[in-house]
Amino acid sequence: MIEFKNITKKFGDKVVLDDVSHLMQTGKTNLIIGTSGSGKTVLQKCLVGLFEPDEGVIVYDGKDFTHMNEDERKLLRQQIGMLFQGSALFDSMTVEDNVKFPLDMFTKDSNAAKLKIVNEVLERVNLVGSNKKFPSEISGGMKKRVGIARAIVLNPKFLFCDEPNSGLDPQTSMLIDKLIYDITNEFKMTTIINTHDMNSVMEIGDNILYLKDGKKEWTGNSKDIIFSDNKNLNDFIFASEFLQDAKQLRMMEAAKKA
Amino acid sequence: MNFFTHFGRYILMLKGMLSKPENTKLYWKELMHQCVEIGIGSLGIVSIISIFMGAVSALQTAYQITNPLISKVIIPQIIRDTVILEFAPTLICVVLAGVVGSKIASELGNMRVSEQIDALEIMGINTKTYLVLPKIVAAIITIPMLVILAMVLGIYGGRMTVAASGIISTNTYDRGLMEQFLPYNVFFAMMKAYTFAFIISSIPAYYGYYVKGGSLEIGKSSTTSVVVSCIVVLIADYILAALLL
Repeated sequence: MIEFKNITKKFGDKVVLDDVSHLMQTGKTNLIIGTSGSGKTVLQKCLVGLFEPDEGVIVYDGKDFTHMNEDERKLLRQQIGMLFQGSALFDSMTVEDNVKFPLDMFTKDSNAAKLKIVNEVLERVNLVGSNKKFPSEISGGMKKRVGIARAIVLNPKFLFCDEPNSGLDPQTSMLIDKLIYDITNEFKMTTIINTHDMNSVMEIGDNILYLKDGKKEWTGNSKDIIFSDNKNLNDFIFASEFLQDAKQLRMMEAAKKA
Repeated sequence: MNFFTHFGRYILMLKGMLSKPENTKLYWKELMHQCVEIGIGSLGIVSIISIFMGAVSALQTAYQITNPLISKVIIPQIIRDTVILEFAPTLICVVLAGVVGSKIASELGNMRVSEQIDALEIMGINTKTYLVLPKIVAAIITIPMLVILAMVLGIYGGRMTVAASGIISTNTYDRGLMEQFLPYNVFFAMMKAYTFAFIISSIPAYYGYYVKGGSLEIGKSSTTSVVVSCIVVLIADYILAALLL
């Protein structure tokens, strides 16, 4: 569980996050949604400590992350996995070495034991047989899956994903979403996903935080969105006529059932 | 950003890299990798420059000594002292600032821009210690060795040239080399080599580590790092000469 209270972050005079509070639940896919520039990535970077919030408190499982010293943060970070928007794979390493890197750094297992774990994780993300390929030799979707494999190889308690579907086709996006959703349930992780992909919102949004201009605008889950009367949220989620029709259809279906 | 902001961040980066490694074995591996990249990777260019540096010094010194009253034995002495005191440590380090410095800045800059440094931070790794420290230590280990090699090759280049052009015989050259040799000059050159090695690795590391933006900014920071390194090397060269000679 990650709880953050009254997070404010400014860059110069520009207020990027303004008094944002929310609770990210364990074993659920927690989504942060919003338009580009709404503060999603800044919020996520504040949560993992890449940015320091100007005000507010971040609490991981009851531990105050904001006031931890560097050593305490390093220890906590070993329980955090993160999938970056551009995957952030190490170019000079093979897929296998990328996934094995956290094990090399933080465990004293034998090489055979590490390779066994790496192969299990690669199998979990459907990347069997890609061990010896370099990041430049694989597709965008595969890079994301390698990024997920590297993020979960140490069995983290917290998984952060920054726009996991950006640059992917709809089918691959859905595969990545399903993979993250399944892994979250399987390992009982607290997963936080930044996205503005509507498929993700509707398919895997257990707990959604909608940011608008750096402020918390709405919270709920994917079912609540259909019936929400928040104009900003509706304008954002159901931006096209096609999506507005889909919403009407869903509402009618729900009304019939009721 | 003004000079003091840069300098403060640079000092903080150096301070930040002095922490306990998470895994000594991996850090050692990275250090060895950097030694190969910086040391072995620069062998070719250092060898070529050194030989030609000695050869050109020989020809130009001989050209300027026209007075028949001055013994030609002075030619190897001038070559020896200019190579040891200035050419090998300073010229080679200015060249290495371009070769090694731009590589360090662009490598770290690319890692920063592609979020690889953030990925390491999230894993709980001190990126300054893991990425910057091995590069600086590797430079401090290998660059003085390259400077010694440059001294030997520079003097040997001069020897080949005087023999080939018939200025003096190799025996006279070897005899001249032995005369009035001050071992302190080698000590001074090594002091310069260690100082310059630190400068040409740490300044590009700073510019690469803190780069912001995209590929254009990586190129700019790489160029700036080389320019700043060269200027700082020349300033340090003057200060060391004023203090130690």
